[in-house]
Amino acid sequence: MNMLLWNLFDCVLALLALVLGWRVVSSHDLKRAVVLFIAFGLLMSLIWARLAAPDLALAEAAIGAGLTGALLLSALRQQPASSESPVRSLMDVYGSLVLVLVLGGVMAWALFAAPGMVQGSSSNNPIYLQLEQSGVSNPVTAVLLNFRAYDTLLEIAVLFCVAIGVLAFGRERQHVMPAGPLLGVLMRVLVPLLVVMSSYLLWVGAHAPGGAFQAGAVLAAAGILLHLGGMPTLGMPGPLNLRWLLIAGLACFLLVGLATMLNGASFLTYPQAWTSVLILLIETGAVLSIAATLVLAYRGGGAPLDQPQGEGSHEERL
Amino acid sequence: MIESIGWGLVFVGIGFIAAGSVGLVRLPDLYCRLHALTKADNLGLGCICSGLALLFGQWIIAIKLLLIWLLVLLTSAAVAHFIARHVLDKERRK
Repeated sequence: MNMLLWNLFDCVLALLALVLGWRVVSSHDLKRAVVLFIAFGLLMSLIWARLAAPDLALAEAAIGAGLTGALLLSALRQQPASSESPVRSLMDVYGSLVLVLVLGGVMAWALFAAPGMVQGSSSNNPIYLQLEQSGVSNPVTAVLLNFRAYDTLLEIAVLFCVAIGVLAFGRERQHVMPAGPLLGVLMRVLVPLLVVMSSYLLWVGAHAPGGAFQAGAVLAAAGILLHLGGMPTLGMPGPLNLRWLLIAGLACFLLVGLATMLNGASFLTYPQAWTSVLILLIETGAVLSIAATLVLAYRGGGAPLDQPQGEGSHEERL
Repeated sequence: MIESIGWGLVFVGIGFIAAGSVGLVRLPDLYCRLHALTKADNLGLGCICSGLALLFGQWIIAIKLLLIWLLVLLTSAAVAHFIARHVLDKERRK
């Protein structure tokens, strides 16, 4: 009976995901599509939670639904309102259909042909066997920052490239309104809470769902809230500090890697006694960089607010 | 006894949220919809949280649930206000 109820719930979730996905793609009104996409992100986070992947559920809720939604909405605000529906040729429709089918086929093949897939319980899973030596007790964090630290290093590097791209685009968001009384109260309550929550997620990532990406996204939410409330300097530090923040994650990672090499081990092979400290250090740097990059992506790069000189010439160029 | 009260509160909460969702679909304009949504959902979530707290029977979980409820109260009230004010401004400008 209980099993049946869960199966029913899963079927409803899967069906909802398909319906919402279709509605997002087929909606002619972009604003509606964005709102539906946010709902889709929340639904995906529920689905991840049902698949017993709370780390992904947290990340999806914070990044997929929250921050991506904010980014899309702010991108939409600068879009001129157009009422006519975009014209799509049949070529486009069938072309994208073929692309989607190919992509789906590749993903399905990857799912079933994944190399080294370990079936069964945690007793024979190599991750759990090695977990004690990883310095953390959360298997996800152990994989991300110890066993496959290279992957995460490259992810952080990709994020850094994104930040450089945003900076190069260089358009400052102009319409920053001062906060009304209600938003002021909301900011005073939520921003400290978000900062605490972010630190908690960073700390708890060592032994429970959480970690750098989730913590960074939550911290970025605090920054975006401050930015929306008309405090861009608080939400975003000055240009020099900003660069330090942007490079913090990659720098921590690389310095730790070089230090392990100087120590005589190979790149990013932590000494046993220092593992958890080093992982926390790398994650702290990563949180700062991720948060700064996400806020930067929301705000747009370009001339900082405290340099009216550069700002003016920038405006003229635009 | 406590368990049945807990389940009762959860189902009452589900009822409130269902009523709020019906209101969201059926009510005529945005302000009524916001009213139905926030009022019913806040009460419903409160019932569900207190029911779950009773079912778990641990202080730490009860406190966490209370905090979640308070946070949702704060944000949903504020967001409802923002949406309503935004639409009101837009209507006035017309």
